[in-house]
Parts: sequence; structure tokens; C-alpha cells
Amino acid sequence: MWLVVLRRLGLGVVTLWVVSMLVFAGTEILPGDVAEAILGQSATPEAVAAIRAQLDLDRPALVRYFEWLANMLHGNLGKSLSANLPISELISDRLQNTLILASLTAAFSIPIALAMGLAAAMFPGGRVDRLVTISTLFLLSVPEFFIAATLVLIFAVHLQWVPAITYVTEYESVWQLVKSMALPILTLTTSVVAHMARMTRAAVINVMTSPYIEMAILKGVPRARIVLRHALLNAVGPVVNVVALNLAYLVSGVVIVETVFAYPGLAKLMVDAVSRRDMPLVQACAMIFCTAYILFILVADVLALLANPRLRHPK
Amino acid sequence: MSEERNDATQEIGLEAAGARPLFQLSAMGRVGLGILVFWIVVAIVGPFLAPYDPADMVADESFAPMSEAFPLGTDYVGRDILSRLLYGARLTMSLSLASTLLAFFVGISLGFTAALAGPKTDMVISRIYDAFLSMPTIMLGLVVIAALGSSIPVLVITAGLIYSCGLYRIARALAAEIKVMDFVEAARARGEKLPWIIRREILPNAVVPLVAEFGLRLVFSILFISGLSFLGLGVQPPTADWGVMVRENLGGLVYGSSAAFVPAAAIATLTVGINLVVDDFSAQRGQEIAEEMI
Repeated sequence: MWLVVLRRLGLGVVTLWVVSMLVFAGTEILPGDVAEAILGQSATPEAVAAIRAQLDLDRPALVRYFEWLANMLHGNLGKSLSANLPISELISDRLQNTLILASLTAAFSIPIALAMGLAAAMFPGGRVDRLVTISTLFLLSVPEFFIAATLVLIFAVHLQWVPAITYVTEYESVWQLVKSMALPILTLTTSVVAHMARMTRAAVINVMTSPYIEMAILKGVPRARIVLRHALLNAVGPVVNVVALNLAYLVSGVVIVETVFAYPGLAKLMVDAVSRRDMPLVQACAMIFCTAYILFILVADVLALLANPRLRHPK
Repeated sequence: MSEERNDATQEIGLEAAGARPLFQLSAMGRVGLGILVFWIVVAIVGPFLAPYDPADMVADESFAPMSEAFPLGTDYVGRDILSRLLYGARLTMSLSLASTLLAFFVGISLGFTAALAGPKTDMVISRIYDAFLSMPTIMLGLVVIAALGSSIPVLVITAGLIYSCGLYRIARALAAEIKVMDFVEAARARGEKLPWIIRREILPNAVVPLVAEFGLRLVFSILFISGLSFLGLGVQPPTADWGVMVRENLGGLVYGSSAAFVPAAAIATLTVGINLVVDDFSAQRGQEIAEEMI
């Protein structure tokens, strides 16, 4: 059994390596010269030469790739082009802010999503189920910035409960921190909950079609008890898988949400780096986000393996 | 006697088949279709109805509230929001449509090729797609745009290639399933060439699931492209595009201006509309297909 898990972990490492190649290759797909492209109109020969030297463009791409990879594995993320500072210095606070946002979102969204998914799965096709299915379909289809704009208009402008823009500073009290982070967390939670609740519902309904559930229905066990005692215990594997998969979805959610609320997180830093075409910084941020994404999917897969004996012993 | 009865049932069967529409919309589906038709009409005739030029700063006031002169108010430099919205509909929708069509073309051709051409080709294409799928789509988009800069062709091609991943998988699975059916075997035995088999035997049988997929990918691509425009990395201002409009007017949100909310709501209604139709369509046709396949 551990062999299967180890094999999956190995596959995760390979995936990460492939992603590192993609991220690095992203800077090499330019038909012309990266240095000229970064400088654009202001590409004087001296400036191009300076950027080329800074990016080490005169040496073969393969050599640079392996150096970059080795540096990254040693925790040396390189130097930002626009800020001229070590990248690790730039991102440490930002990464922490993003982690706070993401973990608070997870803490709120997981219980809400599970409750919604279970309530919907209790009577498929019933009133609660229809409400959950339609509202989550709605939330899934709309862009995050629409949810954010709606929430700002309601809570920050009309009710004036919370500020519209997040300032995270050190001297704030805990209550103020909660207040200023309320809208980003609420926006992210809304979009994550929609995915998670739908998938939880599907996972539980899938279990509900098994013969032993039919047996429980026939012998007259109340619905709530069937779902909580019989179905849920067997759906734990798929549901935990669903939770981990949806936390991976947070990676794309934060990019929009941090921009809407001017939240000083890693995603905002990355978006700014992309618009300034600060390649080393983009590469470092992309690697951090992709690593988090791959880790969540890896955890989801491993938990699914551990929960299901049939997957544990493949034939 | 028995022959007569056979005829009778056949007739009834035929009649029933003739009377049944392609698929029946539920109430929600009809709402979705209504919204969708509305936006398509706006995209076609919108620019003719616009009261002002979308680039003209017609009002003295920025973030003016809704009034008779400016039915949806004005934006941060005093341009008419209604006019910009009407012009933007065409751009926003055609960009997403173009990238979805590209995704379809690339994904389906590669998917069918992978399923039919043999295990080696299949492996190569599948592994390449696996590599791309191991990154969140937004990260892929950000890295490409960091390297190439943002322009409309880059946006459409990037979104198209990213969303061809999902289509590739579906097309490949469908083709692999249909490939082993008797009528395809018969065509092969007849000596038909691969392109002919794809066009005449496999594609018609894969159309319905692919249509539902088209709607879903269209939604993804609208969200992706307008998301990038919102981040300032997609369509560039001052072009009237819904994502750009949300970004430009975000600052007014704090003062209660709906300038950023209106284009965001436009995108939201469009995507919800498409999803409602797709949901209906796949709920009904999907069931039938599943039954047919078994």
C-alpha cells in the first residue's frame, strides 16, 4: 500500500519538474530577444546589453535552466529586475499575507460547503437540493470580480460595516484585521464553496445509489440518519478528495481577489511583476503557486488512495 | 396479424419521434436562452444603438449617477457607460468565441488523431497535455503574457490552447468509444481512409456531447479573458471591453458608483445564461446519450 502512495509522490515530484521546465520555457518562447522585448521602445544597444548580462542571456538556455533550478532548490530565488532586490526579500511578507487569506478562507468554506452539499444530497431533487444546485451554478458561472463588486456595494458602501480596501498593517487590533479582511475572505469563500458544495453533493449522491443504502431506506431509517451514518462514512474518501482539490482552486481565486481589494499578497505581487515583465520575479511566484497547486492535488490523490482499498491494491 | 401490429407500433413510434423537439427547455433554461439571445442581439446591433461614441468624454463629471442623459451613469473620465457597454459586448463576446472555436479545432483534431492514429502518437500528445494541465490555467496565462506581452492575438491563442486541453480529453475518449463500434469497423473494412472515417462516422456521433462542452468552454474563456483584462493584462484600455471597464472603474466602487458593477453584471448574466442552457441541455441529452451508449 505504501508503495502505491510512494509512487504517487514520485509522480508529484516529476510533475513539479515538468512545470519548472514550462515556467522557464515560458520566457524562452519569444521569437526574438527577451531583452529587447522587455525594454520595448527604449531598447538602446547599451540597455539591451545590460539586460542580457543581468539575465545571462548569452549562455545556452539549457545551462541557464539547470542553474536556475539548482538555485531555486537551494532557496535562492534570484534578483528582481525592477526592484533590484533579492526576490526572497520581496516575497516573504507577501507570501505570509496570502497564506493568512487562504487559510482563513479554507477555515470558513470547508464547513459551509460540506453542510450545503450534505443538505442537498439528503433529498436529491427536493427543494433544498434545487436551491443549492441553482445558487451554486450561479456562483460558479459569475466572475470573482462580480461577486467582489456586489459585496463591496452591499457591505462597504450601503451598510458601511467594513472598509472596501484591505490595509494589513502591524499595529491593527485583531478585530480591525478581521474587519478589513472580511470582504476578500467572503469573496473567496463564496467561489470556493460553490465548487466544493457541488462536488460534495455529487460524491454523497454517488454513494447513495449503493445497495446497502437502498436496504436502509427499505427498512425505514430516517433520511438524515442514512446520510450521516451510512452514506457519509463511505463518502469520506471522495469528500476529502473534493476538499483538497478545491483548495487548489484557491490559487486562481486569490489572483483576482487580491487585485480587487488591493490586498498586499503574493498574487498581487505577481500580477504587478507580469505587467512590468520582471521575469525572475514572475518565475519565482509562478513556481510557488504551481507548487502549492500540485501539493493540494497530490494530497487529494493520496487521501483518495488511502480511503479506497480498491485503489490501494491495483491489479 | 402480427405484421399489422408491428406496423402500427412503428407508426406510433415514428409519430412520437417526429413530434418531439430536439430538446425541451425547463423554465430556467428558457431564462438562460432569453439572456443569451439578448446579448447576441446587443453584440450585433449594440454599436448602432449607442447614444455616444465610446471613447468620448461626454460628461463633465466622472462617476456621474444614472440620469436621463446617461442611463447607466458615466465612468472615471466621464464617458457614457451604456455606450461603452454596447460597444464592448461585441469585442468581449467575439474574443471568447474565437478562442473557443480555436480550442475546439485544436482539441478535437488532436483528440481524434490520438485515439485513431495509434498508441505512440496518443502517448506523445497526451503527455504534453498532461504537462500543461498540471499548472493552474491563470498561472499559464500569466507566464505567457509576461513573456509575450499582451495583445489580442496572444489572448485568443493562449485561451484557445489552454481550453483545448479539456476538449482533447473528451474528444479522445469519445473517439475511442465510437471507434470500436460496428459501423466504424465496417467502414474500416470497406477500406475508407482515416479522415473520411473521422468526418463521416465519428464526428456526427460525437456532436451532442461536444455541443454541451462548447457552452462550458465558452463560459470558461469569457471568464479567463475578462479576468486577464480585469488584471490589466488582457485587452488594453481605452478599448471598450467589459473586463477593462471593471478595472478602470474599480476606484469608484468605494463612492457607491455602479460604473464597475454594471460591466461585471453584464459578464455575470452572460455566463449564467450560457450555463443555464448548457445545464438543461446536458441534463436531458446527456441522459439519452448515456442510455444509447449502454
